[in-house]
Amino acid sequence: MTRLFAHLLCLGLLLAGPSAHAEKIMVAAAADLKFALDEIVTAFQTREPGHEVEVVYGSSGKFHTQIQQGAPYDLYFSADIAYPRALAQAGFAASPVQPYTVGRLVLWSATRDARQLRLSHLTDPKITRIAIANPKHAPYGQRAVEALRAAGVWSQIEPKLVYGDNIAQTAQFVQTGNAQVGIIALALAVNPTLSRQGGHWLIPEHLHAPLEQGFIVTKRAQGKALALRFADHMRSPQARAVMSRYGFVLPGEAAAP
Amino acid sequence: MLSGSDWQALWLTARLAGVVTLILLVLGTPIAWWLARSRSRWKAPIGAVVALPLVLPPSVLGFYLLLAMGPDGPLGQLTQALGLPPLPFTFTGLVVASVFYSLPFMVQPLQSAFEAMGERPMEVAATLRASPLDAFFTVAVPLAAPGFLTASILTFAHTVGEFGVVLMIGGNLPGISRVASVQIYDHVESLDYGQAHRLAAVMLVFSFVVLLSLYAWRAQPGRRR
Repeated sequence: MTRLFAHLLCLGLLLAGPSAHAEKIMVAAAADLKFALDEIVTAFQTREPGHEVEVVYGSSGKFHTQIQQGAPYDLYFSADIAYPRALAQAGFAASPVQPYTVGRLVLWSATRDARQLRLSHLTDPKITRIAIANPKHAPYGQRAVEALRAAGVWSQIEPKLVYGDNIAQTAQFVQTGNAQVGIIALALAVNPTLSRQGGHWLIPEHLHAPLEQGFIVTKRAQGKALALRFADHMRSPQARAVMSRYGFVLPGEAAAP
Repeated sequence: MLSGSDWQALWLTARLAGVVTLILLVLGTPIAWWLARSRSRWKAPIGAVVALPLVLPPSVLGFYLLLAMGPDGPLGQLTQALGLPPLPFTFTGLVVASVFYSLPFMVQPLQSAFEAMGERPMEVAATLRASPLDAFFTVAVPLAAPGFLTASILTFAHTVGEFGVVLMIGGNLPGISRVASVQIYDHVESLDYGQAHRLAAVMLVFSFVVLLSLYAWRAQPGRRR
C-alpha cells in the first residue's frame, strides 16, 4: 500500500514538473491585444522554431497584482501604461517601460448597425443593456466611464450598464446578444468575426484621457534571451504592421486603412 | 470596518442563498424521493445529471447558461414568449443559475435520508390507510428531518460559495449580481487588499462556523447521521 502511494506521488510530481523545452516565455497581455498579439506571436514562433511563447489574456489591473505577487510572467503588456510604470518603480521590471500603442474605444453592437450609433443614442429606452469593462481594474472601463460622463449621458445610462471582467468578456456579453451595445476596444471590433456583426463607431479621443499602453520585461525574465528577443520583435516593422492593422498606433504613426 | 458596498454584497449573497435553498427544498425533495424509491432504468441517468454540477467546471455551466439565457437561447426565447425581461445580469438569472449549480447539494443528502428510512415506515402508514401524500408529510418528512437540515445547510453554504457562474452571467452589478465572492475578487483586482481581507475573513468565519455546527450536531451521541 505504501509503495502504491509512493508510486502515485512520484507520478504526480512527474506530471507537475517542468517538461524539457528549449526556451519558453510567458506573456501577460491586456485582453484588447487578443487578436493582434496572437498574430505577432505566430510570426515570431515561425522565426524562432523550437521555442515557445505562451500568452495569457486578462485585465491589466489583475496582471499588475499578480506580478507583484510573483506570477511567472516574463513580459507584461498593459492597456494602461500607469501599471507597468508602477511596477518598474517598485523594482519589478528588467527593461524600461516601452509604450506600444494608444488604445481607442468604440461603440459596438452585434444586433444593430453601430456605425450609426452615438453615445447620446444610448439613452434610447430600446437599449436596455450596455456592456463596459469593469472600471475598477480595466483601463478600457475607466475610459468608457470618462467618455460617458463627458458626453453627458452617464446618469441616464448608468442603470443599464453591465460590467465585463475585462474588455474581451465585455465584447462577449455583446456578441451573445445579452447586451445590445458595448463600449469595447477598437482592436477587438476590427477582428473579422466581430466586424462582420454590426460595425462600430469610433469614440472621439477628446472624450477620455488617452489610453496609453506600455509593456515591460519583468524582473523574473532578466537574462532570458528569448524574452528580450520578443521585446525586440514587438518593435519590428512586421509587428508594427500587424498592430496598425488592428488600429493600434503610436502617436505619429498612421493606422492601416 | 466593512464598507457599505461590502454589506450590500453580503446581504445579496444571503438573499440569493436563502431563495435558492427554499426553491431547491421544493424542487429537490420530489427528485430525491423518486431517486431513493424508483427502480426505473432512468434512475442512473437522472442521478448522474443531478450530480453533474459537482464535477463540471463552473465555467461550463456559466457558458451554457449565458448562451441559453441570451435572446437566441431556449431560456431567452421562453422568457421573451412569456413577456419577461431577459435573465442574464439579473437577480432572477442568478437564482436560476444557482438552482442548477446547487441541485446536488440538496438532492443527495435527501436521497440518502430517504434511502436510510427504508420501505417499512411507508408501508405501515399505508396499512393505517394514510394516503401516500399524507404519509409522506407525517412519516417520511419527520424521519428524514436530519437529512433536510443537512441538505438545506449544504445548499445554502454552497450557494454562498458560488463564484465562477456568477462572474460569467452576472455582469457585476451592485445589489443584483455582485455577491460577496465577486466583491472580494474586485477588491483584490484593484489592489485593495485591506477591504479584501476583511470581507474574506467574514466569509471564512461564516463557512467554518456553518460546517462546525453541522459536524458537531451530527457527532452528537445517539445521533445516527
